[in-house]
Amino acid sequence: MSYALANNKPPEKAPDAVQVPSLPDQPMPNASLPSNNERMAGRLAQAVKSKQAQSILVGGLSLCLGILLWHLATLYKFNFFINFENIPSPLKVADAFVGHLAEPVFYTHILVSIRRILIAYGMAVLLGVAIGLAVGRSRLARAAVLPYIEVIRPIPAVAWIPLAILMWPTEESSIIYITFLGALFPIILNTIHGVEQTPEVMIRAALSLGANKLQVFWHVVLPAALPSIATGLAIGMGVSWFSLLAGEIISGQYGIGYFTWDAYSLINYPDIVVGMLVIGGLGTLSTFLIKVVTRPALRWKELQR
Amino acid sequence: MNTSVISIQHNLMQKHRQDSKERGHVSIESVGISFGEGTNRSIAVRETSLTIKPGEFVCILGPSGCGKSTLLNSVAGYVTPTTGRVLVDNEAVTGPGPDRGMVFQQYSLLPWKTVLENIAFGPRLAGHSAAECHSIARTFLAMIGLSKMEKRYPGELSGGMQQRVGIARALANYPSVLLMDEPFGALDAQTRLMMQESLLDIWSEFGTTVLFVTHDVDEAIFLADRILIMSASPGTVIADLQVELERPRQSEMATSEAFVALKRTCLQYIRAESMKAFELRECNA
Repeated sequence: MSYALANNKPPEKAPDAVQVPSLPDQPMPNASLPSNNERMAGRLAQAVKSKQAQSILVGGLSLCLGILLWHLATLYKFNFFINFENIPSPLKVADAFVGHLAEPVFYTHILVSIRRILIAYGMAVLLGVAIGLAVGRSRLARAAVLPYIEVIRPIPAVAWIPLAILMWPTEESSIIYITFLGALFPIILNTIHGVEQTPEVMIRAALSLGANKLQVFWHVVLPAALPSIATGLAIGMGVSWFSLLAGEIISGQYGIGYFTWDAYSLINYPDIVVGMLVIGGLGTLSTFLIKVVTRPALRWKELQR
Repeated sequence: MNTSVISIQHNLMQKHRQDSKERGHVSIESVGISFGEGTNRSIAVRETSLTIKPGEFVCILGPSGCGKSTLLNSVAGYVTPTTGRVLVDNEAVTGPGPDRGMVFQQYSLLPWKTVLENIAFGPRLAGHSAAECHSIARTFLAMIGLSKMEKRYPGELSGGMQQRVGIARALANYPSVLLMDEPFGALDAQTRLMMQESLLDIWSEFGTTVLFVTHDVDEAIFLADRILIMSASPGTVIADLQVELERPRQSEMATSEAFVALKRTCLQYIRAESMKAFELRECNA
């Protein structure tokens, strides 16, 4: 998901801005060598930066092109197998979006969805990481838990809706339950994976330095699993959004999923697209936030040569 | 840094220097190691007995797959002998512990800890205060000549530097024995030579018993006081050779008569064992 990462890099200077250190006139092999190296390193860094700027530029252009094609397709009522006759144009969607920005209820929809995500995702993180660590470390826990994971994991969030409504006391709790399930499995599976790939030699090293089992777990297994856990957290965030939407479409009176479904019932086509784009935006933003939050714990990985 | 912290570090080193003449006695008593059950049972080490004196530098030399690492692992405590026992300073080995420092062939530093934190890890587990741990770690960082690298992460260091940090980390617990399992095997030839010299420097400064596993004859002769040659699987010690080269060792000694003569002896043993292992494999195939 490099699109999220690309956003936090500021646009860079043009590659021409490299400062080339002037070489001394006399032949001084020892002095000129490091300056040569520095120059090479400078150029390399500049090349990397200009490549990032290039990616951002290409990404932006590609998005603009997509919107333009969408605009043209709706303008000329494109209808060849795929039908754009009833699809709202980007301008109509933008109009509808700006209109909603003035309505307090629009923000209620968004805030209610965010609240559900926070509760469901928070519980999924706590439980998912705990279960993942236990399964990854203990053969007994693995034998007991893995069958459930294998059976429940392929069931899509939508399929849970009837049972969730029967099981939970309120609509709110059933929506949160469905959202929670969506986030739970990617987090569990990635945590297990992370724990399993802890290099055995590091565990041995810690043991010979005097670590007990708990210390091995805290100083070796957990940090070794962190990169994979972070991946699970990011994937889990994405999945929790589309599980939330499944829950909100069926029940509830607020939430961005409800907003989208309601627009469909009322044949308000621009609002459907507004709802979809808001979901996309919130999903991207929250996944990006997860990456920012987990990044400090993974700093050592970026420094590897 | 306050003076009490420095004096704790100083005292630890003083105490180590005084004790190192009595500490580090290793006794392997008819140790046999086999893996698996029934028909899958394979013998890695045949009954082996030997003793190592405190402060001795001993190399275990043998062809690959002869069980020399398994024997070392039984001293480290990762492997429990099927028969016999290992004693270090008259205490039976029952598992890995900080009295036996271990250096591995693979990079085993914790990549999420800085160089300083890696070396301070052992003292920290032993319950020293943060300031004491850093003081101890800095002493050993200076000993391996990497003081400038204390804030770096292992991933930023070269292979040779990582192994030096690995040695410092093992020594920071003031172990009575340093166990080294082909520690320079993954390094290029040039780096390996420098690491060998550097290891001897560290060893002469920080006296301790060293048990060093290698398949490189030159390395064994250059480093050791004593070379134990192991036979092909199942492994056991078939020769116990004293290295009569003066210390400090110089790289030029590799062409001296004594060195070459000893090398010839070692190679003869190893060639005979490799042939046996080769024929054994051919017969089984």
